[in-house]
Amino acid sequence: MNVHLKPIHEIRMTRPDDGIAPGKPLLVVDNISLAFGGVKAITNISFDILKGEIRAIIGPNGAGKTSMLNVINGFYHPQEGTITFRGEKRSRMRPHVAAHQGIARTFQNIALFKGMSVLDNIMTGRITLQNRNLFWQALWRGPAEQEELEHREAVEHIIDFLEIEHIRKTPVGRLPYGLQKRVELGRALAAEPSLLLLDEPMAGMNLEEKEDMSRFILDVNQQFGTTIALIEHDMGVVMDLSDRVVVLDYGRKIGDGTPDEVRNNQDVIDAYLGVSHDE
Amino acid sequence: MSPALLNFIEIFMNGLMAGIMYSLVALGFVLIFKASGIFNFAQGVMALFAALTLVGLQTGQVPFSHLINAIFGTDIHNWGEGMNTVLAILLAMAIMVALAWAIERFVLKHLVNQEPIILFMATIGLAYFLEGLGDLMWGSDVKTLSVGLPSGGSFWWEDVTREWAAAGSEYFGMYIDLLDVSATVIAIILVTALTLFSQYTATGRALRAVADDHQAALSVGISLRTIWVIVWSIAGFVALVAGIMWGSKSGVQFSLSLIALKALPVLILGGFTSIPGAIVGGLIIGVGEKLAEAYVGPLVGGAIENWFAYVVALAFLLFRPQGLFGDKIIERI
Repeated sequence: MNVHLKPIHEIRMTRPDDGIAPGKPLLVVDNISLAFGGVKAITNISFDILKGEIRAIIGPNGAGKTSMLNVINGFYHPQEGTITFRGEKRSRMRPHVAAHQGIARTFQNIALFKGMSVLDNIMTGRITLQNRNLFWQALWRGPAEQEELEHREAVEHIIDFLEIEHIRKTPVGRLPYGLQKRVELGRALAAEPSLLLLDEPMAGMNLEEKEDMSRFILDVNQQFGTTIALIEHDMGVVMDLSDRVVVLDYGRKIGDGTPDEVRNNQDVIDAYLGVSHDE
Repeated sequence: MSPALLNFIEIFMNGLMAGIMYSLVALGFVLIFKASGIFNFAQGVMALFAALTLVGLQTGQVPFSHLINAIFGTDIHNWGEGMNTVLAILLAMAIMVALAWAIERFVLKHLVNQEPIILFMATIGLAYFLEGLGDLMWGSDVKTLSVGLPSGGSFWWEDVTREWAAAGSEYFGMYIDLLDVSATVIAIILVTALTLFSQYTATGRALRAVADDHQAALSVGISLRTIWVIVWSIAGFVALVAGIMWGSKSGVQFSLSLIALKALPVLILGGFTSIPGAIVGGLIIGVGEKLAEAYVGPLVGGAIENWFAYVVALAFLLFRPQGLFGDKIIERI
């Protein structure tokens, strides 16, 4: 997308285009089942994520939402089903490989590097874009130095965008929760992902922080064209932000469609209002 | 200055320099422990193995010569005059990197997500394996190692300090071993280089990231296995430096692997996760045991240098188990 707003457009687009036209499926989840021993976390779930959309995954606690994200970025390996990303069907995926393919994510319980500064945390997000050559790095000369400076510049733009300039050098462990969430988003953005997975980006935030975060998510989606899949509990936020919603309950898909369609779906209403399952 | 004070300074300085040696070994432990939570019992043997390899290459020994001779009835020992020291060090380093790769490939890879005690047991196995391999490859005789570092007492320092003594006193100057001085300088350079590397390079950041949070590190695209090879290589490099220092000082012999035991009190003092802790811990142990030997030793018949460090460690375990710089252990109950 060719948008000229400051400052996010200045973030260098280093990652090559993923070659998927807007509106076409970027990621297709086909008949995925995942079990831990005898406990079924996900049963026969299929849905797709289209390039450029914000796709929400909602459902009551224990519905399998986070498990689904963990399958997508390779932390869990489903027993059945396939996942197609950028038109390529993938086999057993490992998380760092998923990251290299352009899937970045945040975590429900913030997984930042607590002892490192905000700047360093966000810099780690660019690891997949750095052509690391240990030899040059060790000498801190030539190509490695040049590369480091370029990435540093990109990261500074992300810091500007997220309005966290004042805490750049602060160790993340000392920051309040809301800011940590923002830094984690920054680290994911630094990877210039084709698919951004957000696991409850607004959990535990106050109204103001939620509004800020919503604004960041919309900006990233609209200005960058980044495809986003997000898990969220705040229905107001989900309905406002997302283009399409998939609803899970007890590891099964019970609804899929636009926010309006989902809102009027009887199964979804039952799941949220708690109709007994053995009727 | 009075001779008593000068004596104290001399003992103190010698303690510092002995401490640097302990720090070097402890540093290798901390690097691996931080990145992977593994307490690497084989660190001392790695130093021995590195030193053996270096001497072997330097003097042109044929690896496995005893084994070859025993099987084929041949009588080969050397393949020539040996090689240039710098080349030998580079080659020994390459072998330590290959060793790191092999350890990841054949041991750690199969033990991912296992209990720390299992990984610890694996490193004990590794220690014995490496000791045996070193013996088989290079033989078990004590070898002298010289990489061209200055050694012996410094006459200059002796002259200077003799001047410091009060006129008329019978003081003949301080003894300081030049080898200890060079070891100190090299250790300072090594630690500075490691610190700069970990602070200002992408790989350094990745190392710190892995030390902080494995899951998050994976999610940003860091391959744990690559990092482990790098960390074990760096630990191998530190082992090589430690091996060179200890080897130059007391010959390359198999008791070298026992210096790993001296690193334990250093780690308990400094904390298992702190690089500055390893350095300071080593210095405290070094100075402590020399001073204790000189001032307390005569009262109890001497030789307390051998156990002093462990007693200090015991006191720390009782009163400050996380060490001086280690992360405080807070458990929810």
